[in-house]
Amino acid sequence: MADYLDELDHVTDAADPTSGDTEIQNYTINFGPQHPAAHGVLRLVLELDGEIVERVDPHVGLLHRGTEKLIEYKTYLQALPYFDRLDYCSPLCMEHSYVLAIEKLLNLEVPLRAQYLRVFFAELTRISNHMLNLGSHVMDVGAMTPNLWMFEIREDCMNFYERASGARMHAAWFRPGGVHQDVPLKLLTDIGDWLDNRLPRLFEDAISLVADNRIFKQRNVDIATVSKEDAIKWGFSGPMIRGSGIPWDIRKAQPYDVYDRMDFDVPVGTSGDCYDRFMVRVEEVRQSARIMKQCLQQMPEGPVLTDDRKVAPPRRAEMKRSMEALIHHFKLYTEGFHVPAGEVYVATESPKGEFGVYLVSDGSNKPYRCKIRPTAFSHLQAMDFMMKGHMLADVTAVLGAMDIVFGECDR
Amino acid sequence: MSHSAPRIAVIDGIADELAGLLGSMLLDSVDHADELSLTVDRDRLVEAMAALRDKAQYQQLMEIAGVDYPERAERFEVVYHLLSLTRNHRLRVKVSADEDTPVPSVTGLWPVAGWLEREVFDMYGVIFSGNGDLRRILTDYGFKGHPQRKDFPLTGHVELRYSEEEKRVVYEPVKLAQDFRSFDFMSPWEGAEYVLPGDEKVGQAPGAPTPAASPAATPAPAAAPADTAPKGAPAAATPKTTEHKGRTGAGEGAEKEAHKPVRKPRAAKPKAEATGEGAAKPKSARKPKAPKGES
Repeated sequence: MADYLDELDHVTDAADPTSGDTEIQNYTINFGPQHPAAHGVLRLVLELDGEIVERVDPHVGLLHRGTEKLIEYKTYLQALPYFDRLDYCSPLCMEHSYVLAIEKLLNLEVPLRAQYLRVFFAELTRISNHMLNLGSHVMDVGAMTPNLWMFEIREDCMNFYERASGARMHAAWFRPGGVHQDVPLKLLTDIGDWLDNRLPRLFEDAISLVADNRIFKQRNVDIATVSKEDAIKWGFSGPMIRGSGIPWDIRKAQPYDVYDRMDFDVPVGTSGDCYDRFMVRVEEVRQSARIMKQCLQQMPEGPVLTDDRKVAPPRRAEMKRSMEALIHHFKLYTEGFHVPAGEVYVATESPKGEFGVYLVSDGSNKPYRCKIRPTAFSHLQAMDFMMKGHMLADVTAVLGAMDIVFGECDR
Repeated sequence: MSHSAPRIAVIDGIADELAGLLGSMLLDSVDHADELSLTVDRDRLVEAMAALRDKAQYQQLMEIAGVDYPERAERFEVVYHLLSLTRNHRLRVKVSADEDTPVPSVTGLWPVAGWLEREVFDMYGVIFSGNGDLRRILTDYGFKGHPQRKDFPLTGHVELRYSEEEKRVVYEPVKLAQDFRSFDFMSPWEGAEYVLPGDEKVGQAPGAPTPAASPAATPAPAAAPADTAPKGAPAAATPKTTEHKGRTGAGEGAEKEAHKPVRKPRAAKPKAEATGEGAAKPKSARKPKAPKGES
C-alpha cells in the first residue's frame, strides 16, 4: 500500500508540477429517484463543479398515473376521490377546487353550514400539510425533534379527518353541493379545544427549536433567493410567491366559500430565501388556526348538502321511505348528474399554492376534459435557476422549502 | 347568491379593451360563467401574449392545457390561463393546432411555459416551435403515443412486469382479464339519440295520420292488417317485437310466436296465452290459484 502511494506521489509530482491543485472536471450525479429528501420519487440530474451545482435537470413523471385520463371515463362524482390522491398530504384542498368547478358550471348554491365546514376542514388540511412540510424541511437540514413533535399534530389532524369522514387520509368528503355528511358536535368542540391548547403548545415548542436556531439559519438564510420578478415569471403561487414578498393569496383576492367573512393576515417574506418561505408557512399555521376558530364561532346550523335532488342524493332514511328519493338515489349513483356544457378554470389556495382545475364539460355526465394545474410543476421547474451556484447540500433545503408532493406533480 | 367558487372581480368593458388591444389577432371572444376566453391567431400568438402581458397587466402564466376535439378540422386546442396580480383578473387564451402545425412557444415571455409546453407535447403531440427542450415529461422513458388524445385507449398499449427469467423489467402488450366496459347512460326520457325498438313512431304527432306516402314507399307487408294501417304508411319491416329473444327474457316459443304473421285476431289470442299458462282458459286458470296460495 505504502509503495503504491509513494509511486502515485512520484508520478503526479513528475507529471504535474502544481501538485495538490489538480483540475477536476464537471461531473453529473443522480439525486433520486429514491432519496429520503426528495419527498417522493424525484430524479434530479445534477451537474456539479466540485460541490457547486451548475445545472439541475429534474426528471418528473415517475408517479404518473394518468389521473386526467381516468377522470374522463368516470362520472363527476366517481372522479372526486382521484383528487385525494393528487396531493395526498392535503387531500381536502384538492377536492375543494374540483367541487367548486362543478358548482360553478352548475351554478349551484351551497348551504352556508357546508361552506363553513369546507373552509374549516380546508384550514385543518393546511395545518396538517404544513406540519409535514415544516417537519421534513427541518429534518432535511439536520434537526430531528421538531419533526417528531409536528407529526403528533399531524396525527391529531388525521384523527379529526377520520371522525368527520371515516378515512384518515383519503377523505372524499366534499361533494358538489356541500359535504358528504355533517360532523358531530363533539368533534367540533374537540377541535376547538385542540386549537386552544394542544396545537399552540406543540407547534410553538417545535418552532422555537428551529426558528432562531443558528444552524437552521445557516442552512436556509440567503439560500435560493427569488426576486419578485422571478417569482412572477416562473408562475409561483402560494407560500413561494409570498416568500418573495408579493402579498398574493387567492383566499383574500378571489374569496371562495366563506373566506370573505374570515379575518386573517397574509404573511409575506422580505428576502425571498428558503428561510422566508419556511417562516411564511409557520405564520400560515397560526392564521389557519385563527380562521378555524372564527368558523367555529360563526358556523350556523342547517343542512350540509344542497337539496337539489338532481345533483345531491337524498339522505338514506328518506330513501327508504320515498319512491322518488329512491329513484334519485339510483340515478345519481349509476348515471350521475349532467353538467351543462361549458368550461371553467377554478383555482383555490391549496397549502402549496394555486391549485387549479380546468373543467370542460360537453353536457354529459362525464367531464370532457379535466386539466389539473399542480402547484409543484412550476415550482420544481424553477429549481434549475434557484440552485445555480449553490452547494450540493442546499438541494435538500431548497426542495424542502418548495413543498413538493409527487402525487400532485405527476398526476 | 349563486355558486361559491372564487369570486373574480368583473371588470367592465374588459372584453372590448382586450379586443381593441389585440385587433386582428383576436379571432373569437367568449364570456361564459364570468370567465373571458379569447381565441387568437396561432401564428401571432407570441405577439398577442406579449401585448397582454405588457399592456394589459396579465403578468403570470399559470397553466397551459391541451384539449382534444377529434371532430374539428384542427383537432387540438391549446389553452393558456393568464392571471393579472394587479387587476385581480383571470383570462383564458386559446389557439387551435394540429399534429403538424407547430404553435409558437411563449418560453421567451414566461420561462415557466417550458415544462407546461412539454406536458402538452407529451400528452397530445402538439409541437411548440421555439421551445428548446421539447422532451417528454410525464410519461415513461421511451413511451410511444400521446395518451391524452381521445383515440388513445384508457388502458394504454403495453404493460410492464419484472421478468424472473430475464432478470429485468419487460414490456408486453396489455392483456385484460375483462373487456373495458363503458356504460351508456343516455336516458330515453331526456332525448336519447337512438330509437328504442317499438318507439319508431314516437317522433310523429300523436293520433295524426301519417304524412302522404311517397310513391317509392313499399306497400305494407302482410303482417299489418290492411284496415288498421293507413294506406302507404311506412310500415315496420319486421313485426313489432323486441329484436331478439335475449331482450325479452321469454323463451324460444314466444320468439317464434311473435314472428308468425297474424291472420285472424281471434285465432291468435288463445295461442299467445297458451304459451304462458298452458291450455286452460285464462279466467278459469287464475281463480283457483289465489286460494291455493293462501292455504
